[in-house]
Amino acid sequence: INSEIHDFCHLKESKEMEDKVTSPEKAEEAKLKARYPHLGQKPGGSDFLRKRLQKGQKYFDSGDYNMAKAKMKNKQLPAAAPDKTEVTGDHIPTPQDLPQRKPSLVASKLAG
Amino acid sequence: MAGAGGGNDIQWCFSQVKGAVDDDVAEADIISTVEFNHSGELLATGDKGGRVVIFQQEQENKIQSHSRGEYNVYSTFQSHEPEFDYLKSLEIEEKINKIRWLPQKNAAQFLLSTNDKTIKLWKISERDKRPEGYNLKEEDGRYRDPTTVTTLRVPVFRPMDLMVEASPRRIFANAHTYHINSISINSDYETYLSADDLRINLWHLEITDRSFNIVDIKPANMEELTEVITAAEFHPHSCNTFVYSSSKGTIRLCDMRASALCDRHSKLFEEPEDPSNRSFFSEIISSISDVKFSHSGRYMMTRDYLSVKIWDLNMENRPVETYQVHEYLRSKLCSLYENDCIFDKFECCWNGSDSVVMTGSYNNFFRMFDRNTKRDITLEASRENNKPRTVLKPRKVCASGKRKKDEISVDSLDFNKKILHTAWHPKENIIAVATTNNLYIFQDKVN
Repeated sequence: INSEIHDFCHLKESKEMEDKVTSPEKAEEAKLKARYPHLGQKPGGSDFLRKRLQKGQKYFDSGDYNMAKAKMKNKQLPAAAPDKTEVTGDHIPTPQDLPQRKPSLVASKLAG
Repeated sequence: MAGAGGGNDIQWCFSQVKGAVDDDVAEADIISTVEFNHSGELLATGDKGGRVVIFQQEQENKIQSHSRGEYNVYSTFQSHEPEFDYLKSLEIEEKINKIRWLPQKNAAQFLLSTNDKTIKLWKISERDKRPEGYNLKEEDGRYRDPTTVTTLRVPVFRPMDLMVEASPRRIFANAHTYHINSISINSDYETYLSADDLRINLWHLEITDRSFNIVDIKPANMEELTEVITAAEFHPHSCNTFVYSSSKGTIRLCDMRASALCDRHSKLFEEPEDPSNRSFFSEIISSISDVKFSHSGRYMMTRDYLSVKIWDLNMENRPVETYQVHEYLRSKLCSLYENDCIFDKFECCWNGSDSVVMTGSYNNFFRMFDRNTKRDITLEASRENNKPRTVLKPRKVCASGKRKKDEISVDSLDFNKKILHTAWHPKENIIAVATTNNLYIFQDKVN
C-alpha cells in the first residue's frame, strides 16, 4: 500500500469519526462522574495544583503524629498496604510505613 | 540542509540502543532528560537516580561512509544525590529534571543540570597527558627518601589514556521553594533562568549566592491558586525576552527591559475555547507540558496532552499550526485520568531547520510532523527493529471499529511505555528517543 495514501485515509477517517460523535470528551466526563459522584466541583483547580506543589512530602510532623495517636487510642490507625512504596495522602504515616533511605549509588546502565 | 526533505521523505533507520534489556526497570534507571549539545557531537541523558551519562559521536569513518558516527559513552557522573529538608520534612529527589549545555568556549564542555531544588554547573574536561619524572616522588606516588636523590631532572608530560573528568564548578542552591521544572541559558551566555511552579529566577553563571526573581505568580492567599508555571525558555536571540507556559494552556512572553519584576506579560498567547465544549478534562489536557522556541526565534512550539501547537510570536490569539498527536485518546480520558496518565508531561523538539517537529506518545511510539508537506509519521522505538540501516516501518493506531492489518487498536496500547523525552541533532537528521529506561538513536538512511 502506498504509505502516503494510507496516511491520508487515516486522517480522513478520524475526521469523519469526530463529526459523528459530538463530544467524546463529554462522554468520558459523564463516565467519570458516574464512578466518582463526589468529584470536586472545580475541575483542574486548586486541589490538583496544591497536590502538585506538595509533591514529595513523605514524612510527618511528630507533633501531628503524637496528637493523632492520642486521639485514636481506641481506633485502628489506617495503615498503608504492605506493598505500598510511597506514603502520602490522608493517613498518618507510621515509622514502619516510611520508605528506607536510598542505598549507595551505582553506575547507570546506559553507560554499561 | 537537515530536514529539507521533510519528515516523510526521510527514511529513518535504527542506529543504536543504550540501556538494559530486562523488563524489570529499577526506578533509578528511568531516563528523565535528553539533550544534544550545540554541535551535536555530545548527547547527555539524566535519570531518576541523579546520574548523567554523556555520549560522544565518533569521528566519521571514511571507509564506512554508509553511516554517521556512532555515539559511545564519553563520561558518566553522579550529578545530584537524594537530600532531606529537615525543616519541611521533605525528601528532595535526586532526579535530573533538565540538562542544558553551554556553548563551547574552550577545550572543556560545560552543562547545567538540575533536580527539584538545586542547579549545578558541571565542567567536563579531557586529560590525555600526565607529568612523569618527579624528583621527590616515585611513579606510583610514594615519596622518595630525599637522601637518595643524587641528580635533578625536569618532569615532562607524557601521553596517557584519555580520561574524561566531570567536576561541579558552581552550585546554585536555595532559590526555589517549589519544584524546578525548567532551566534555560540566555543568548548572552552569561545568565540563565530557572523556573519552578510559581516563580522564575535569573542567575549569573559566575554568581551562586544571589539570584533575581523575575516572575512571581504566587497568590497572597494560596486558596486562590488557579494556575502554575509549567515551562520557561529564553528567546534564542533576544537576551531580554523569555516565555513561560502555564497549566491553563497559556503562554506569556516577557521583556526584562520593561521592569525588574516581569509579572505583567508583554504578550499573552492563548487559543480561545468554545465554552460549550468545556468538560472536566478541558483544563487538565490544555496544560502545557513543554515550550520550545524555533531555532529562528520567529516561532514557538507548545505541547499539551493531545496536541502540538506552533505559535507565531507576532500573533497572540491563536496558534498558526496545530498537530494532533494522539486524538484517539480523547475517548479514553476517563481511564487516563484514573491511571494518572493524563498528567504525563511530554516534551517536543524542532529539527535543525525548523521544518519538522517531533514528540512522543504511548506504546513507545513517537510522532513527527512536517510543517511544509503537512505529512506526519508514527514510528516505534523497539528492540525488535534493531537491525542497523533497516528503515523503520510507520505505525498506525486504529481508533475504532475495523482494525486493518498491521494497525494497533487503542485498547492494545501500552500506557506504561511512554516516550516523554526526545531530542533532535542541531544540524543532522539524527534523533535521540528515550523510552522508560533505554535510549534509542535513529538516523536517516545515508546512501
